Amino acid sequence: MGITPILFWVLSTMALFSALMVITSKNPVHSVIWLILVFFAISGHYLLLNAQFLAIVNIIVYAGAIMVLFLYVLMLMDLKKEMEPQKNRWLKIAGAVAGGSLLLVLVAALKKADIGKDIAETRMGDIGLIENLGRILFTDFVVPFEISSILFLSAMVGAVMIGKKE
Amino acid sequence: MDWAILLEKAILILAVVTVSLVIAMYATWAERKVAAVIQDRRGPNRAGPFGLLQPVADGLKLFMKEEIIPNSSSKFLFIAGPALAMITALMTSAVIPWGPAVNLFGRDINLQIADINIGMLYVFGVVSLGVYGIMIGGWASNNKFSLLAAIRGASQMISYELAMGLCLIAVLMLTGSLRLSVIVGEQIGGLWNVVYQPLGFMIFFVCALAECNRTPFDLPEAENELNFGYHQEYSSMKLGFYLFAEYINMFISGVVMSTLYFGGYDIPFVNEAQWGNAWWVGLVGFGVLMAKALFFVFVFMWIRWTIPRFRYDQLMNLGWKGLIPLALLNMVATAVVILLLNK
Repeated sequence: MGITPILFWVLSTMALFSALMVITSKNPVHSVIWLILVFFAISGHYLLLNAQFLAIVNIIVYAGAIMVLFLYVLMLMDLKKEMEPQKNRWLKIAGAVAGGSLLLVLVAALKKADIGKDIAETRMGDIGLIENLGRILFTDFVVPFEISSILFLSAMVGAVMIGKKE
Repeated sequence: MDWAILLEKAILILAVVTVSLVIAMYATWAERKVAAVIQDRRGPNRAGPFGLLQPVADGLKLFMKEEIIPNSSSKFLFIAGPALAMITALMTSAVIPWGPAVNLFGRDINLQIADINIGMLYVFGVVSLGVYGIMIGGWASNNKFSLLAAIRGASQMISYELAMGLCLIAVLMLTGSLRLSVIVGEQIGGLWNVVYQPLGFMIFFVCALAECNRTPFDLPEAENELNFGYHQEYSSMKLGFYLFAEYINMFISGVVMSTLYFGGYDIPFVNEAQWGNAWWVGLVGFGVLMAKALFFVFVFMWIRWTIPRFRYDQLMNLGWKGLIPLALLNMVATAVVILLLNK
């Protein structure tokens, strides 16, 4: 077995295990720390696909900024009690049904897709490098790119407006 | 796989980490000597000549001290905090070009651990992770002063990261590459980046002070308000790791500033490219980079013993209303000039 499959299996195990720990941890701060590990594992997968820019931006934005804010909020709230408030039983059943349906749809979609044909190109292809990504974003995909930037701007203005409200 | 390259990189990593640790060790000694000179004292002078063995004695003392883990703390995270602070402090060194490529034992050896395509973003990513050591340690201590200090530290680091990133964008526009080796190469060929980016460098320097939690930005450990700051519950070498990580951060940020703005291992007014690639050329380049970095470390210390600490609102005002608009202006001005000159 080459180094790439070994790395792939290690990273996948790490990602899945950490993701499970995110939802099973009782303490929300522990959940956030497991989620940070998930992001690192996913960045590792991006690196295996030679998408270096995506990998590092995933770390900077998610692990470095968003998760810090999550931690920030959680640490300020008094969540020391390991007991969660018990939800209504009907709410739990509804949640299980909704989640199960989503799982069913995802599995059905995967079953139809011809996965065997699309083999990931590991350690080759340079589309993920920053020069090529930038060129494509500013030529072929310039409209969606600009629209998403406007979305960001409106989110920022909205956050400031909410923050200013007395 | 080529085992020689693996061995070469392993030796390089070992050397870089050792150098960082030794320099951080002696930076603690230098800090006291600088403080002594500024305050007209003698400083440490008992252990060894000029007190040179003082850091060794301090290290020994820290190792020997009793290790206390508070009962109400979250144990794993309490131990992980200082370890994370240390790891993130040391990680940046992986992408720094420490010297020109040399020829040793018939092999061309690049004095850089990883010449990755996204070097500058990697530095920025590690900087943005640096906050976890403080936050996790402060929270896991289960002490309100530690928690307050950790939260202060987190908000300070996030605020100053933004201006720092905007300065990096201006450097990126100037060189057109994120590779640190290319950035250094361009400066060796032409002028240093600080000539084009004086304002950018000033902002970067202030942000580096804030990211290292150095005075005047040492609010996370403001002892008159928070007892001892985020490492209040720590003792023994775990405390040592936090204090040590600060000195490593100082040294590494000095190296990053030299690399981005002051030509890296370039010797000014000397064309060292004609010296070939013998082993001593690499050593000279490394020495020059060290000299630049250590000068920045000295300036950090100089500032610490000169300027008092900011108040929290002053810190936030400077970051959000002072540095970020200035950095934005710097970025736009750089872009316009590059566009007009068709550089």
